[in-house]
Amino acid sequence: MFDLLTLQEYWWFLVSVIGALFVFMTFVQGGQMLLYTLGKTEDERDLLVNSLGRKWELTFTALVMFGGALFAAFPLFYAVSFGGAYFVWMAILFCFIIQAVAYEYRKKPDNFYGERFYETLLYINGSLGIFLIGVALGTLFTGGNFTVNEYNLSQWTLPSYGLEALLNPFNVAFGLMLVFLARVQGALYFFNNLNEPTITARIKKVVTVNFVMFLVLFLYVLATILFSDGYVYDPNTGVVSIESMKFLHSFLAMPLLLVILLVGVLTLLFGIFIALIKNSTKAIWFSGLGTVLTVTILMLILGVNNSVYYPSLADLQSSLTIENSSGSFYTLSVMSVVSLLVPVVLGYIIYFWRKMDTTKITIDEIKSDPHHY
Amino acid sequence: MEHTELLTDWSRAQFALTALYHWLFVPLTLGLTFIVAIMETIYVKTGDTKWKETTKFWMGLLAINFAIGLATGIIMEFEFGTNWSNYSWIVGDIFGAPLAIEGLMAFFLESTFFAVMFFGWNKVSKKTHLVSTWLVAVGSNLSALWILIANGWMQNPVGMKFNPDTARHEMVDFWALVFNPNAVSKFLHTISSGYVLASLFVIGISAWYLIKKRDTQFARRSIIVASSFGLITSLFLLTTGDESAHQVALNQPMKLAAMEGLYDGEERAGIVAFGLLDQTKEIGDEKDPFHFSFEIPGALSFLGYHDLNAFVPGIDNLIEGSEKYGLISVKEKMKRGKIAVASLAAYKRYKKQNNMPEAQKALKAFEANQKYMGYGYLKKPEDAVPNVALSFYSFHIMVGLGTWFLVLFAMSLYLSMINEMHKKKWFLYLALLTMPLAWVAQEAGWIVAEAGRQPWAIQDLLPVGMASSNISTTSVMITFWLFAVLFTALLIAEVKIMLKQIKIGPEGH
Repeated sequence: MFDLLTLQEYWWFLVSVIGALFVFMTFVQGGQMLLYTLGKTEDERDLLVNSLGRKWELTFTALVMFGGALFAAFPLFYAVSFGGAYFVWMAILFCFIIQAVAYEYRKKPDNFYGERFYETLLYINGSLGIFLIGVALGTLFTGGNFTVNEYNLSQWTLPSYGLEALLNPFNVAFGLMLVFLARVQGALYFFNNLNEPTITARIKKVVTVNFVMFLVLFLYVLATILFSDGYVYDPNTGVVSIESMKFLHSFLAMPLLLVILLVGVLTLLFGIFIALIKNSTKAIWFSGLGTVLTVTILMLILGVNNSVYYPSLADLQSSLTIENSSGSFYTLSVMSVVSLLVPVVLGYIIYFWRKMDTTKITIDEIKSDPHHY
Repeated sequence: MEHTELLTDWSRAQFALTALYHWLFVPLTLGLTFIVAIMETIYVKTGDTKWKETTKFWMGLLAINFAIGLATGIIMEFEFGTNWSNYSWIVGDIFGAPLAIEGLMAFFLESTFFAVMFFGWNKVSKKTHLVSTWLVAVGSNLSALWILIANGWMQNPVGMKFNPDTARHEMVDFWALVFNPNAVSKFLHTISSGYVLASLFVIGISAWYLIKKRDTQFARRSIIVASSFGLITSLFLLTTGDESAHQVALNQPMKLAAMEGLYDGEERAGIVAFGLLDQTKEIGDEKDPFHFSFEIPGALSFLGYHDLNAFVPGIDNLIEGSEKYGLISVKEKMKRGKIAVASLAAYKRYKKQNNMPEAQKALKAFEANQKYMGYGYLKKPEDAVPNVALSFYSFHIMVGLGTWFLVLFAMSLYLSMINEMHKKKWFLYLALLTMPLAWVAQEAGWIVAEAGRQPWAIQDLLPVGMASSNISTTSVMITFWLFAVLFTALLIAEVKIMLKQIKIGPEGH
């Protein structure tokens, strides 16, 4: 029914959407970084932790899903990047391993290391974890030092195994951008989720400061993407070459994507605007939708219009494209049928999210619940 | 791209370490979610709030365990990429699918309804809450289903075809993967083992309360549920274990031979009920593999092939081959494997030169021998044999403990039915001491499954030495120690928190 390329594009689109949903969900990590900024007393911090505690697993799962989708649909990327940029991915994983226990163990009696320890783990997960994910995503634009042989087996060419990505200013900016975005989103999530005036009074300042930082970085990142050299492959021969302003060309060739990108950015701005000017607690939904649209397009543009989505700095012809790195036609077809479950999953998540969040959380509620985090 | 043995060893060590840690927590989640769901169902049906308290207490312990299960679990998926990147390419087209489906079908179910289960008592209706608790149980067991489909495929690769152009195995039949008999028996055996462990956990802790003469009503309620659940599921565990062994016999005869320390195959082969291996025994020599052993005649033939008189090949037979029983020697398999590997290289070379007739010839030669492709990478025939002592002892520990658990459940159910349990101190201590053995059996089971699979990552097709990432051994050593330290640190916290919660008990909850 569909040809291979259509399936590859569809799966690149799905990976982009899952990646974007993950980035939206990093409001959890953003919130974790704000525990001491927004919470001045232990009760307040307990409230913040519990507010995030109802959501963190979804973020965690979205990350796992992102990896799973990449594995099933683009196994060569999975092999090349994870097995090559070893230390970056391992560092990211360590940042998420420590998150999972921190919520549950933080307030438990006899937790061995004390409450502050687990709060530190949450902070590391929020800051370093998101920063490194941003750096890793940045390398999709800037490339990695790998070679792929004729058996499609790969090797990293630098002994720093991925850590060298930290020397590239674009990657670093990408990482910081996600950190500040997460902080903005985290603050807006609390604005929506809590009913504790002392805390909400502190939110606007946090949103303003972090949003300005985000915006500066975002403009730099966007400009770099649009105006720098990009990598392109010949669809007939698969030969990779460099093209100046590749992604600008792609956007001009596919104006719809450009429009969605603009809509995304404007929706994000609108969310910030209504939060700051109108005190709207619904701001997160606009900034969230804006984030999802923007990140989806920025990921998508990497994989369409004969672009290379993971350039090799060590051997140009080893670069990965959605065509040379994907699963087989059969596997992509099977997985496409499975992907029909995505709306079902999103549906029940949204339904129960609303159900659980019909009333805003207060300190009193947390105190009366013996099961709280 | 052949790796050094040191790299392979460290990569395996890291995977084993993380998997064994992860497996300390998974079976309890698999079983306790169901036990909690059953308890909550009783509460909803009877409206008796005592059952609600019981449910909430065990749910609290579940949460402590669940968190560290997630923490140690995330690494498992990504490790295929980070440490087994050749593997990820060579079989990723098949192996990646169940992992992705696991995420979509199971993990979101778990994470969404876990939050409802914990924080939703006053936010959703009683019925919705109960459904959520059941969905957490279903979710965690679905997760086991898909990961074990993936694991079953490693033990018995089906439903795929090697594509010489991409140099990987590609899926051709998804349903063959799902209904792979090895995967089915592995799934059923694994989840039932989780139910058994969780039952022993509940009985053990409740026994402790009874010994301390506190929370006795709560403890007796819990024991009734856990003993019934445990007895039924351990019967199931026994049957699925039998089927698992049958699958091993069919697809992994070398593993079965190692599990039983069987060197010299025989008809009417017996099972060694217990025995002490002679460590000086070498493949092919005339020594008795055991210092002493006690055998049940014919049992292995029956277990493996469901026929008391079936021939069970031993390690020596499998290495040397046997015309009588249609066994090809490992040497011959290696020869054919090397032809496959060389033909694939020739095919690639001719294709590059655009010499299609020669390429086709090479491809034919490859296809004729590809069944033994993995053997082409072995250095000597003995490499095809897993660690016999490790497989043998793990297997026997697992089976021995499993049998004991069945007896314990029967006793505990009987004693609680006649209302005598709290008076029998010796039994309470027995139940308490048995509890940790459940973890021993669990880990032993995985050691049999995975160490017994060696040298293969994918049975007969891909040895572990070919499967790992092409990174420096030092890198793997660094992360190995980081994992060892971090997971141990987390385990200490988990155990301390768990013990404290048990001490606080349901009343103080």
